[in-house]
Amino acid sequence: MADPMKIRAQMKGDVAEIRVLMSHAMETGQRKDAAGKVIPAHFIQAVTVEVGGKKIVEGQIGGSVSRNPVFGFKMKGAKAGDKVVVSWVDNKGDKRSDEAVIA
Amino acid sequence: MTRVNLEYISFNNNHSTREGINPMNTTRRTVLKGATASSILAGLIAAGALRPTQVLAADWNKAAFEAHETSGALKGLGAGAPAEHKDLMIKVPDIAENGAVVPVDVTSNIPNTISIAILVDKNPFPLNAVFDFANGAVADVSARLKLGQTSLVKAIAKADGKFYIAQKECKVTVGGCGG
Repeated sequence: MADPMKIRAQMKGDVAEIRVLMSHAMETGQRKDAAGKVIPAHFIQAVTVEVGGKKIVEGQIGGSVSRNPVFGFKMKGAKAGDKVVVSWVDNKGDKRSDEAVIA
Repeated sequence: MTRVNLEYISFNNNHSTREGINPMNTTRRTVLKGATASSILAGLIAAGALRPTQVLAADWNKAAFEAHETSGALKGLGAGAPAEHKDLMIKVPDIAENGAVVPVDVTSNIPNTISIAILVDKNPFPLNAVFDFANGAVADVSARLKLGQTSLVKAIAKADGKFYIAQKECKVTVGGCGG
């Protein structure tokens, strides 16, 4: 199981800003280790963001997203106190889901 | 002597004509196949066989993500020839000293933008990410990319069934000389 995500969700006027830091190696499958062996690909493939029980963002990502990915999203129609749930699944089937509350 | 030369030339011509036809047919077939697969998928979603509320790695658009060329990735996304649009903006640094972490920010003010894709032209697999928006999400996304080398970074937005593009070059300086 991967380390927890850091989620920050804040109202800025009428727009909720959600920033997520995921902890993941995001190996592309292109790199080689010291012995010259290819390090197998291991990266997050799917990301979803739910606010107040409704899915607002569904993302598919590839290995070319940087290590420990950071994403920022914005949404209208949310209010302080709404629950934010962010989930991901990687190419090996590992998954993680974390929650935060909009401040 | 002259006759032999002529024959050689005409043989060459035939050969190149044949070569020219084959890739075209293959492309056409691939396009047809892609169209069929996506319509089946749409049918499955409508029938409720695929529950969109779940995170499914199986939904990952393998054809688009594993394309080695930008054109192939665009085809995988169903975006053949996107048009430029002034309301689609992409922000990347002019010069990135570390290609492993390049911040990018894409904003689309095009009405009804439902999806944004980010591509890095010169990466081994150009397609970086695709985000679909719903339920009040603003078509604005920031992320951090890896850039193997200096490359154009492209943002593709989908709105009302049409695709739009914005692009900007980011120079990667390896070795930290600062360019």
